[in-house]
Amino acid sequence: MEQFNNRNVAEGGYYLVDIEDYPTDGWGKFKRVVKRTFRGELFVGLWVVLREMIRFDLHTISYPEEKMPIGPRYRAIHEMKRLWESDTERCIGCGLCEKICISDCIRMDTKIDENSRKEVSEYTINLGRCIFCGYCAEVCPELAITHGGEYENASDQREHFVDYEYMLTPIDVMKQNAQKEFEGYGAITPHEDERVKKTPLAY
Amino acid sequence: MSKIVINIDGKEIETQEGEFLLNAARANDIFIPAICYLTRCSPTLACRICLVEADGKQVYACNAKAKAGMNITTSTETIEKERRAIMEVYDVNHPLQCGVCDQSGECELQNYTLEIGVDSQTYAVKDVDRSAHDWGHLHYDPGLCIVCERCVTACKDMIGDNSLKTIARGADALDAEFKETMPKDAYAMWNKLNKSVIGLTNGTDVLDCTSCGECAAVCPVGALVDTQFMYKSNAWELKQVPATCGHCSAGCQISYDVKHASIENPEDKIYRVMNEWNYVSLCGAGRYGFDYQNAEATKDETAFANAVEAFKKADTIKFTSTITNEEALILEKLKEKFGYKLVNDEAKSFQTFLKDYSEISGSTLYRSDLKESMNSNFIVSIGTAIKTDNPNARYSLNNALTVNKGAALYFHPVVDPIIDGLSKNIVSINHKPLQEESALYFILDLFADKSKLPTDIVEYLASFHSTKTVTITETIKEKVIEILKETKLNEETGEEEEVEIEKSKMVSKKVSKEVEVDDNRLATILGVNDKFPETLEKLLKKKDTFSLIVGPDLYNHPNSKNLARLVALVEKYSQFEIVMIPTLTNTLGVALINELSSESGKYTIGYNTKADFTLSALGDGDLDMPAINQQEGTLTSINKRVNPTNAAIGYDGYTLNDIANALGLEVEYTIDYTKELGSIAGFTALAFDDLDNFYTNAGEEVRGYLLESQSVEVTPDESVSKINESLIIENDIIYLANPVRQFTDFTNKTTNLDEESGIYMSEESLSKSDFNAGDTVVVKSANGELTSKIVSDNKIGGNIVVLPTFDSNLNSEALVNGYRFATASIQKV
Repeated sequence: MEQFNNRNVAEGGYYLVDIEDYPTDGWGKFKRVVKRTFRGELFVGLWVVLREMIRFDLHTISYPEEKMPIGPRYRAIHEMKRLWESDTERCIGCGLCEKICISDCIRMDTKIDENSRKEVSEYTINLGRCIFCGYCAEVCPELAITHGGEYENASDQREHFVDYEYMLTPIDVMKQNAQKEFEGYGAITPHEDERVKKTPLAY
Repeated sequence: MSKIVINIDGKEIETQEGEFLLNAARANDIFIPAICYLTRCSPTLACRICLVEADGKQVYACNAKAKAGMNITTSTETIEKERRAIMEVYDVNHPLQCGVCDQSGECELQNYTLEIGVDSQTYAVKDVDRSAHDWGHLHYDPGLCIVCERCVTACKDMIGDNSLKTIARGADALDAEFKETMPKDAYAMWNKLNKSVIGLTNGTDVLDCTSCGECAAVCPVGALVDTQFMYKSNAWELKQVPATCGHCSAGCQISYDVKHASIENPEDKIYRVMNEWNYVSLCGAGRYGFDYQNAEATKDETAFANAVEAFKKADTIKFTSTITNEEALILEKLKEKFGYKLVNDEAKSFQTFLKDYSEISGSTLYRSDLKESMNSNFIVSIGTAIKTDNPNARYSLNNALTVNKGAALYFHPVVDPIIDGLSKNIVSINHKPLQEESALYFILDLFADKSKLPTDIVEYLASFHSTKTVTITETIKEKVIEILKETKLNEETGEEEEVEIEKSKMVSKKVSKEVEVDDNRLATILGVNDKFPETLEKLLKKKDTFSLIVGPDLYNHPNSKNLARLVALVEKYSQFEIVMIPTLTNTLGVALINELSSESGKYTIGYNTKADFTLSALGDGDLDMPAINQQEGTLTSINKRVNPTNAAIGYDGYTLNDIANALGLEVEYTIDYTKELGSIAGFTALAFDDLDNFYTNAGEEVRGYLLESQSVEVTPDESVSKINESLIIENDIIYLANPVRQFTDFTNKTTNLDEESGIYMSEESLSKSDFNAGDTVVVKSANGELTSKIVSDNKIGGNIVVLPTFDSNLNSEALVNGYRFATASIQKV
């Protein structure tokens, strides 16, 4: 990890490319055109194509049959997580995601439920407006709203993928203990315990 | 009170002598942290965080008074330590549920925790069960409560219901080591905090009060919240619309908090009403009665064409005073142009009363306002069911009683347990109906400067007095010497022997004595008890500012002219300052703007009242009109202030201005008339957009502008007619007054105010009669009859039956002839 933390680009194999100055006068421009036309750079490119065709060493992924693996921090369609302990929804309806959303695409209706607790009665994300910035996942105090890897959201209906039920971890996935935690920004880091200041308890 | 200069943190500021340091600092934009203090209320001293150093001594800024030349430091090292410890203590066992708390960031605990910079916790105590209570319209969560007692203070010092108190928490005592290690004030504060939570004074778990919700408004945390608002919205989602409450003449400054109704419905909806609780207190109607808008209104062109036709046909416009000044001006302009008769009985009687009053007083308006009443220390109220006619007048009365240690006399025929419960220094005089004149004569007799009062009045007043001999029993104390025998041990002989000891002691003895006392027949007419002179003497001790509040019973009284003159005489010849309670929201404005007639013509247009063609903001008329929460405009309040109000929610229908334009008045917006109000005596020519609507840190009201009282020629004739003792209302008496939280059909329309319409009888009179709550009865008077259900009301006492006017379907006004009392018979159906 240490190597990635070093943001000093001048170290470690980087070098500045020596680029010629642009011609300023007409004669200089003319010379550049003649030079580029007759150097045969075109054939260098064609040669590479030909070489790779013969070798059959293809790097192109034939999507959608083949798919790239996606990093854990990839920000695609939101997911709503459940609690490991009780399988109930994590969302407490605090409204922070609604507030922080810079494209104003999250809205929720809350009410009081029969146990006098706050309940989210409706929750929508307008994916037509979402820019997948990840602020909602970052601000969520319960790690309830996160991003998932589902990026195939082309549809003939705008309303698709905005349903709370769709985003919520299915209960059978929960039963199999197969819910994946989001490891992107806002997630708990491995050192969290060390950073917490302990509150004294009188028990 | 004189102006003095004090020095806070090196800044010279000017303030009143005896002003609390905290208020002086706030007025000058100097920040001193404080949680439990409420402006206008007595200091609670629960939080102790407002510690400052005054001339080298630690004092609490909320109760230390400013003295000339005082030097105040708001922060020293010890004070910072105290503050830090206090905030840590407040955070002990406070649930980390900020995400779902209804305070949603408007939390003083959060603010001060961050302000003081509490980043770790040193203290701990075992928590006890603090589960939430549903108190009816309020929800109390002791878990979130920091026991600052602001709710208790507001209820006691402002509202006067005394419904809340601190009760035992039942927690373990604090660890003994804290006493040594903690800063002193923080420990004392914690010690008290750890012993108490908030509870109800009525011993049950449901509030039985006048439901103003002020306690929830002042709560610095989310412990006390309105049940209707619980978990509906985060505060930051709401847009504040500054406005003026449209329910009664108090004209309280409120803010409508609006947001889209739901995910499906992007239309704005009012979620709650907030107020600047340091400077204005709302009643239940203002706080919970906000959704009276005319929501379904559309631009119905046929109805509009019909309305224009009706206006062309009509010769009379009948309206209620629940309209803005601008609308009143439009009506007046229409009257000038087309010669309509404007009919508004309730405003007409107030207008006449003001005119009659001005003949003697020399000014068009009463001199005082509720703010002055609040600062006075002796208040008399005559002719108003004060708690329901104008809740703010009652708050002023209560505030004067509790905070100024004042006293009050409440003249009214209907027994009112709420008023009686305000303080022990208020004396209710439940005289017979129609005796308001006697009450005013009584006030003249007691308080007027007889050397200046016209001689015929002095003579008339003297005619009520006679001397009578009464036998009184007095208790006197006498010194009695007793001889007691005691057994004592003789030290020399070692034997017990009897010794006689003389003991003197005081013994009280009852003696009968005949004395001559003054007998005031006015007192007898009013039904004042014999002890009254002594009681009054006690009440009047140390009183120097006097206020007289008069109300609608006088305006509609058969002898209202005489009453108006008496009121003016009280003002002229005694120390009393007068406030008159306008009957409805904008009665004062209408009375000043409109020239009113008393008789209707052949074809009448009604505005918010049923007529041949009805314009209604209630949504039940022939053409829809906007309700007060849907329009911009100004309202004239009891404090003689022209207050601007804003549209909280949209309105899609036609307005009165559209009709006026169709009839040829040619003004683009209704609020263009605001400036034109200046043409009316008393009003100022200011455009609507130039009117502010806020309070400054010093509590100064920057709202609209004050009406200017015009001086009129004084008539030298100060004669008043004598009391007509033959005028009486007997047997079963009915009285027109609303239950608490109801004023008009608009309050009746709201969802949160669920008072039942019906015939209100006190619990006491119900238990004495054959009626039960819920019985359907017929009430018949000389003027009419109505059939409705009996509603038991524990907020009134005595035998007078109260008929509400908030439900126009009940048509209770038809039973009386102007004056709010009438004789009636009540029979079961």
